Amino acid sequence: MSESLRYIQAVNAALTWALDTREDTVYFGEDVALPGGPFGATKGLHKRFGSTRIFDTPISESGFLGMALGAAMTGLRPIAEIMYADFSFVAMDQFVNQISTIRYASNGRWRAPLVVRMQQGYSPGACAQHSHSPEAYFAHTPGLRVGLPATPDDAYQMLRSAVASDDPVVIAEARMLYPTRGPVRTDAPVEPVGGARVVRPGTDVTVVAWSRMVSAALDAAGRLAEEGISAEVVDLRWLNPLDFDTVAASVARTGRLVVAHEANLTGGFGAEIAARAATECFADLRAPVARVAAPDVPMPAAPTLQAAVVPEAADVVAAVRRTVGR
Amino acid sequence: MGLPDDYRLMARIRRFEERLTALKDDGEIPGSIHLCNGQEAIPVGACRTLRDGDHVTATYRGHGWALARGVDLTGLFAEMMGRDSALCGGRAASPYLSDPGRWFVGENSIVGAGVPVAAGAALTAQRTGSGAVSLVSIGDGAMNQGNVHEALNLAAVLDLPLVLVVENNVYSEMSRIEDMVRVRQLTERAPGYGVPGRVVDGNDPDAVAEAVGEAVARAREGSGPSIVEAMTERLVGHYSGDAQHYRPAGEIAAAREREPLVRIRRAADPALAAQLDAIDAEVAAEVEAAVTAARALPFPDPATVKEHVYV
Ligand SMILES: Cc1ncc(C[n+]2csc(CCOP(=O)(O)OP(=O)(O)O)c2C)c(N)n1
Ligand SMILES: [Mg+2]
Repeated sequence: MSESLRYIQAVNAALTWALDTREDTVYFGEDVALPGGPFGATKGLHKRFGSTRIFDTPISESGFLGMALGAAMTGLRPIAEIMYADFSFVAMDQFVNQISTIRYASNGRWRAPLVVRMQQGYSPGACAQHSHSPEAYFAHTPGLRVGLPATPDDAYQMLRSAVASDDPVVIAEARMLYPTRGPVRTDAPVEPVGGARVVRPGTDVTVVAWSRMVSAALDAAGRLAEEGISAEVVDLRWLNPLDFDTVAASVARTGRLVVAHEANLTGGFGAEIAARAATECFADLRAPVARVAAPDVPMPAAPTLQAAVVPEAADVVAAVRRTVGR
Repeated sequence: MGLPDDYRLMARIRRFEERLTALKDDGEIPGSIHLCNGQEAIPVGACRTLRDGDHVTATYRGHGWALARGVDLTGLFAEMMGRDSALCGGRAASPYLSDPGRWFVGENSIVGAGVPVAAGAALTAQRTGSGAVSLVSIGDGAMNQGNVHEALNLAAVLDLPLVLVVENNVYSEMSRIEDMVRVRQLTERAPGYGVPGRVVDGNDPDAVAEAVGEAVARAREGSGPSIVEAMTERLVGHYSGDAQHYRPAGEIAAAREREPLVRIRRAADPALAAQLDAIDAEVAAEVEAAVTAARALPFPDPATVKEHVYV
């Protein structure tokens, strides 16, 4: 069975599933319970599940993420919401020194089965403090699972996978994708975390993307097809666990690789993909790996400046053309 | 100072916010805006007690503080329109703008983040002996952010010339203060930091000026930080697109009866009323002229986008 849902509705459906089917789940964050969430992700959940299952927190990200960890260690399965990914930085200690490390440091005796939901990326006119794409910081941290759903279906499936996982998972959605609509397989079995996906087959070049850049890459592939260039698009979906096999298999077919993300270039997760390709796909590569990313500047607010920073389909098209020598 | 100057400044802020709302509705403001309609008496009363060289730090709801510090109207409109403004060249927009020329350390769109930065400005004043104070405004909800706690204790233990103004509008976005804290007034925390705390009517510029003036004097003479909690109400949503479904029926209507401009209007005799009418007309003209001037500015040149990441 599949339903046509907007991305944000798919998130709501996954959270409904989590609270409905798992008694150990609790959901908390800012404005999530009574108000139904700043973007409507938790609409109706408080009414249905009540204050013991879903509640509002003060503006205390570090405090409530630490609380999520303690609760996860002792028997609950918390899902905590960070309103904008930018606000995860005030709670970075929780991600890097606490949530990610406890299982390892206890020799596997503690577990931290929790989910942190957030949304990221630019939107028109949003300033530097509301536009970050911080996935690389999380992916750099051993012990965290990191997923970035690019479609309504994945917003549903990946969030359920995250809830079912016994490891801590960061799910970073994209605010710009919230209004997009698509089929959601509401009766699909819950998948384990991980797994990239070829979302458009092609023969000349592999474009690896995630989050908002998947639709940009698909858009680019459509335009390139008109020029006679066949681009294969891989939606990476999860940065951890990283399914590099799917990327390598694609590069073995195409011989060329372009990686596209909205985050800044230097140290972005595209650098990791490029490095792996250099190590594992060296013999297959017929051209240098190309990266599409925001240049290394904080996000400006003015749309004319944003247009010079935010990578779009045209940037993917240009990178592919360079890679195939056109 | 006092009437009618306070009225003029509050009316300018109100008119600015109203004009900005219309520009937003017309699609001339790209990002979201957080308005201070109803809270004007706080920046106006507080800034009356400051002098040139005193630093002010505010939040995303900081247009009133910018105007009360004398930041240029045209620059503010242009910045929010995403134009090449003299303030921040369109890089900051509504929630993160600043103006070193007016000692406006600036807004901040990370809740609570301004307080440690303001403590830093207070440290400079203390260590250079400039005699300046550093005033920072935050909302009631920001009192629950770890940074604010750390900065307040730092300021207390270092006797920094810092004045923390908490604009208590009883909401953190869409959540009521009763669900956010277990104290009746946020100043109940002041003794925990070993600093004085006072609650004032934040819709009365004189009351604000009196309390902030005392805190500023204390800071200037080297006796350390203070907290002033100014009670107020938001007449509008948290941000431009907020439908405010979470606000009980009648709350906003009641707030409209108590807001600072209406209060002055209600108490005015016919002579003063005529004066206020004249001020309103002047302010409207001034704001409209600023909008026209802002519209004449170009959008920033994309070729400059990498400038100013580093010195
Ligand atoms: C660290 C952080 N967390 C959350 C937010 C989102 N946010 C912006 S304003 C706000 C409410 C702030 O309430 P308050 O401090 O009372 O100020 P007010 O908006 O009422 O002026 C929230 C939660 C943020 N900007 N920064
Ligand atoms: Mg508030």
